[in-house]
Amino acid sequence: MLKEDILHKLPYGKSFRFVDELLHIDENGVAGEYTYAADSYFYESHFKDYPVTPAVILTETMAQIGLVCLGLYLLKDASDEAKISLAMTSNSIDFLKPVYPGEKVIVTSEKLYFRFNKLSCKVKMENVSGEVICKGTISGMLISKPHG
Amino acid sequence: MDKQHLIEELITIITPYTEEKSALERVGENTDFIKDLKINSANLVDIILDIEEKFKIEIDNDSMAKMLTVKATIEVIESKLQANAG
Repeated sequence: MLKEDILHKLPYGKSFRFVDELLHIDENGVAGEYTYAADSYFYESHFKDYPVTPAVILTETMAQIGLVCLGLYLLKDASDEAKISLAMTSNSIDFLKPVYPGEKVIVTSEKLYFRFNKLSCKVKMENVSGEVICKGTISGMLISKPHG
Repeated sequence: MDKQHLIEELITIITPYTEEKSALERVGENTDFIKDLKINSANLVDIILDIEEKFKIEIDNDSMAKMLTVKATIEVIESKLQANAG
């Protein structure tokens, strides 16, 4: 499966898709990057007069690249792949550095296990200087999209 | 390993995954992980993985699908342990 095919399968709309490009993907892990557009809607209010990327958005970015893209790759042989996706079921993440408007981040994810429809990954986000922004584990379950 | 011992081992494995501490005190063969202990399907997977590690057995998809109650889970563990011994 091509990296571009995975991006096409992502179920997010434009304002909530936090994956620009996949740098690498195989059975054991994935790496991808995203640049937070300086005019993203959340910077208006988070915070007033002091824009910084919300931790939930960083978490979502790690989940979209590290969990969902990898999950779609691992499920490439599923019979009805158009109708399946992954829902985040738990995460435990430490945040070390803030991310400001316009910054590019690189997410790297390593599969811990994929069994009984549950994918668990060790994920980290770094800036272009290679400094760790946040890291932790994220897990999700395979789901059937209700209107897939 | 007798059945009571198996149930005790199972309770130790389940404890970190449930907030229903009073239901945990009343666990019996008919306890349902999802209905009685309010364990979600993602944590149920972790319980199965912990069971594999604790009892050194391998659980397949068909067995996993059955393991929704204490009784069914004990039956699967017992049969896998017997298969390993034999």
